[in-house]
Order: sequence, then structure tokens, then C-alpha cells
Amino acid sequence: MEGTAVRGRLTWQTATVAQIIPETPRTSTIVFDVPEWAGHRAGQHLDVRLTADDGYRAERSYSIASAPGEPVAITVERLEDGEVSPYLTEELRAGDEIELRGPIGGYFVWDPATDNGPLLLAAGGSGVVPLRSILRNRERSGSAVMARLLYSSRSLADVIYRQEFERPGSGLDVIYTLTRSQPEGWRGHAGRVDDALLAEVAWPTGQEPLAFVCGPTSFVEGVAQGLVGLGYPPGRVKTERFGATGGRQ
Amino acid sequence: MNPLDGNVIGGLLHEVFGVEMTDASGTCANCDFTGPVAQTVVYLDAPGTVVRCRNCSSVLMVFARIHERYCVDLRGLAALEAR
Repeated sequence: MEGTAVRGRLTWQTATVAQIIPETPRTSTIVFDVPEWAGHRAGQHLDVRLTADDGYRAERSYSIASAPGEPVAITVERLEDGEVSPYLTEELRAGDEIELRGPIGGYFVWDPATDNGPLLLAAGGSGVVPLRSILRNRERSGSAVMARLLYSSRSLADVIYRQEFERPGSGLDVIYTLTRSQPEGWRGHAGRVDDALLAEVAWPTGQEPLAFVCGPTSFVEGVAQGLVGLGYPPGRVKTERFGATGGRQ
Repeated sequence: MNPLDGNVIGGLLHEVFGVEMTDASGTCANCDFTGPVAQTVVYLDAPGTVVRCRNCSSVLMVFARIHERYCVDLRGLAALEAR
């Protein structure tokens, strides 16, 4: 019964690629037209399924990059030895059809109507994708919640959505740390996120902040442990781990 | 392989259980640790999908897909509560 959306069931649907937007040398945003999309929440993901001519199938999960109410979009990082991401970033063209299902997830989501407290968003690499959905949702919903994005990236050229983050809007601060290379005269942070940087950026626990941490496993473990060390209750630190193969990306 | 977490199997769990399960609460049968399914440790490239306890690493759930059917082993769970 594929293609027939049954209430409560997650069914594979055929989406059409509406637009492909290059973000960095390694990442592109793919905007879809999904006729039966049920609407998503900020932070959710979707599954993409590719089927080869011989019937071999590969599935991957990708975080939704767009805010609720915007066309469904994902941002994909090309992995050199990937089965799926090279196709999505290099072969796929506007007008092509692709199978996907979603929205998926109910834990790593932010709801402007019910989630109070200032937002601390911590991203490692392409872990910024679901956090961008949260930030766009915050902006579009007129939320008065203050937000800080701590974004760890290899280099400035690897920063996804950089143009968007250069005009962050009121109540949002974007703090970069560049781990591998920094441009000449760089006055931002360098190196991995450590406890000192976290202590500098994180909202005081008295403000009852809510943290979302997304990135590679090692990044997520380090940041989450650091925040708990600063006194964040574990239940206020939502985490999502990306992997190089098989999983997100 | 680098383990991920329960967020990544949201689609699979929805397929098996028919509802959103990453925000469900799971209790480990070995150590009694309780937490959201999203926070379990997930190995996608094991034979099948293996879900382990974040606290004690015991196997909580195993999913294997054989043709169009799922074989599901939930013996490691003492409880699983969807909201």
C-alpha cells in the first residue's frame, strides 16, 4: 500500500526535487515537493530510500533543515565512501523523484508553544542542520526565547548556512569555533569545544535553559557531559548523534 | 563501528510499533536504568540493528529484517512506555 498515507503509519512517499542549493563545497540543501507531507516539527528527520536497478536498497536518515511551514528540505554532506550521499549531492537534479518517509522523531524536537527557557544549541559539523530548523522555527513563530548557537566546524569554508547566521536576528548569538584551520586575523574561537568554552557560552542554569546538542558521537558526548557538569539537568540536554555511515548524513 | 543513538531508528521503530517511539521511555531489564529510547546506544551495522542500554551496555532490543518481515527481540527490556 505504498503511497497511501494511513493515519499513524509511516509510509514511503514519492517526493520531487524542487531545488538544490549548494551550501559549502561538501554540502547541499535539497528542497522537496512532497504532496502528502503531514507537516513536521523543528528537529525531526526523514528517511530517504534509494533503490538500484537490481533491487538493492539503501536507506539513510537526514535531519530536516527547514522550519515547520516551509517546504521540506534536507542538507546533505557528501561522504567520500558513502552509498547515498554522493548520489544526493552530485547526481540528483531538480525535477527528479525520490522516495522518502517522515516526519520522524518526537524526542529531539523543539516546540515554541511549550518549550520555555533560553536555548543553547550546540552543533558539530553537519549536526547544525536540525538546529537550523529550530532557529528558523523560533524566528518564524515570533518566539521571544533567547538563543545561542555554538557551532564547531573544521574551517570557515565548512560552515553551513553561514550567510544566514551572519544576520542572526534579535535574541540570537552565533558563536563559532574552528577546529582545523582559521582564516588570517580570525578573532573567534579555535579548537574543539571544551569545558572552558562551554562555561563561557552556556546560559546560567538559574535561567532554566534547554540545550540541544547534535553532531558526531564524540562531540555530543563531550558537550553533554560538560553541560551536566555545569549543572544542567540531564533531561534538559537533548542529544542526537550523527554517524559517518549508516545513519544520519 | 561508531555507535549512534535511538533517534536514528525512529523510522524503523515507527514501522514496527506503529507510533512515534523515540520519546518513549525504556527500562533496562539488567540494570533498571530508565530513559528515552532516543538516548539508547544503537549499532546499525551489526547483523541487524542492535540497541543497547546507555548505562550498562546490555542489549535491549534487536531488529532483523528478513525479506519484508521484521524479527524483533525485546528480551532486554523490562518496560517500554510510549507517551
